[in-house]
Amino acid sequence: MTTLGTLTETRDALAAKAVSSVEVVGDCMKRIDAARHLNAFVTVCEQEALASAARADGAIARDGMRGLLGVPIAHKDIFCTDGVRTTCASRMLENFVSPYDATVVARLRAAGAVMVGKTNMDEFAMGSTNETSHFGPVANPWDVGRVPGGSSGGSAAALAAGLVPAATGTDTGGSIRQPAAFCGISGLKPTYGRVSRFGMVAFASSLDQGGPMARTAADLRLLLQHMEGHDPRDSTSADAGPTPHAPQQPALNVGIPREYWADLGDDVAGPLEEAVVSLRRLGHRCHDVSLPHTAFAVPVYYVVASAEASTNLSRYDGVRYGHRAAEPADLDDLYRRSRSEGFGVEVKRRILTGTYTLSVGYYDAYYGQAQRVRRLIRQDFLDAFGQVDVLLTPATPTPAPALGALTGGADPTVMYKQDVYTVPASLAGLPALSIPCGFADGLPVGLQLIGPYFAEDRLLALGEAYQRETDWHLRTPTAAEAL
Amino acid sequence: MALPGNVVEKLLRLSALSLEPHERSLLKGDLDKIVGLIDAMQSVDTHGVLPLAHPLDGTQPLRTDAVTESVDRDRLQRNAPLARDGLYLVPRVVE
Repeated sequence: MTTLGTLTETRDALAAKAVSSVEVVGDCMKRIDAARHLNAFVTVCEQEALASAARADGAIARDGMRGLLGVPIAHKDIFCTDGVRTTCASRMLENFVSPYDATVVARLRAAGAVMVGKTNMDEFAMGSTNETSHFGPVANPWDVGRVPGGSSGGSAAALAAGLVPAATGTDTGGSIRQPAAFCGISGLKPTYGRVSRFGMVAFASSLDQGGPMARTAADLRLLLQHMEGHDPRDSTSADAGPTPHAPQQPALNVGIPREYWADLGDDVAGPLEEAVVSLRRLGHRCHDVSLPHTAFAVPVYYVVASAEASTNLSRYDGVRYGHRAAEPADLDDLYRRSRSEGFGVEVKRRILTGTYTLSVGYYDAYYGQAQRVRRLIRQDFLDAFGQVDVLLTPATPTPAPALGALTGGADPTVMYKQDVYTVPASLAGLPALSIPCGFADGLPVGLQLIGPYFAEDRLLALGEAYQRETDWHLRTPTAAEAL
Repeated sequence: MALPGNVVEKLLRLSALSLEPHERSLLKGDLDKIVGLIDAMQSVDTHGVLPLAHPLDGTQPLRTDAVTESVDRDRLQRNAPLARDGLYLVPRVVE
């Protein structure tokens, strides 16, 4: 076997001793090296990974397989990893080495997963194309002239190219779901609080949520099991118990929110309509529903996320860690130049936007109003879930755009508007799954399933059933097969 | 929507950021467009709607006031750009 296998296949092969962890991890390393042009990784941990794999092989031989023992995994470079640098794809943190593991990293490590490296991303997770990374853009394995999406673009590209069978991501306004759609892989944004934020570099604290990324919905379930759970070190962590695994899911009422389909082009609408047919064939009923405040989600998101970002990023002062300007004239000059040299232009845009919306005279008109409209957006979902069990929407308005197409012009809001289908569930804190549902001109198209709070089991079960009916998730880019 | 000309100056000061003059005019244009985008939500009638700060309307739990973490100062300060004798060094602020 090769690492093009799924996470479940890799785990099963290790359990059956059909392959060793050293072989699987070694194979990942060869593929990562052969795919350097994708720029999916910021840091590769070859020696540490091979040493961990050898220890895992010893443990499997001695005590048998457990958890994710010996399974390779890549972490988005936003998760703190003890002893391995965590850059957040920013010059600000280029040399930052965390003295502790994020809870997600610690839990996956405890389950036996072997970290092979840290994946590239948009700087501080601020971007939808992976082009804001200090380490350069990531290429989409389906077409290297196109973006992989963002901000978890490195994780998505690494999975699509078969470099790893599992990866972590984070999602503030769509950063797991949108790159999953652009790269033809599966990604889950859990309910806000399901996965600990401890040790995840903060962007927008009321929205940030870590989650699993993999090739299939079944793999996401396996990975989530080893990421989730209450964490006393994160005060927003939910004490919801483990995600259940109901053996049989009943026929569901699937809501199709009309606001999400109104402006959809044929290239994405076609595969989505076929997905509706597949769900009906599986015995589910599809209904038209309305989420009337959808059009205001992008404006609200860019107020809330930017305000929280401007606060969170005020910690970077050039004193305790991070980039420090040379020969500062005084303390103010040290702060100002360290931050101006350390942050890229998109991060500065968001800090300034957030500072504006939080400043005296504008606070209530912007931040206060955004928080109130946020409640109305959430209420739309609560009302819809009074009628249906789950919502089916497109994950993105288009397939992956060309490099520079969204970021090369003079209007930054062109990129922001791409988040139109993913930010509403983020604002409401709801779980949402993104899985492949077809192709448009050779590029993957993704669908999104949004569920009520803590209904991850329902979303994953529906995703698993859909992936038993279809094979979109098994398609791989031709270039990846040649690696 | 165009923001007042001096607003970028003020925001830069509040954010402890600086920009080159050519960046400043580009950024002013960007902010005008971003504020134009977010202003769309002003048309929503939110009279009587409570602000939503936590998506699940959660509140911050309080833990027992007990020491749970220990800090290895030397290890933490390995990330400090300039530290000596356990202290972070900054330009002189008191003459």
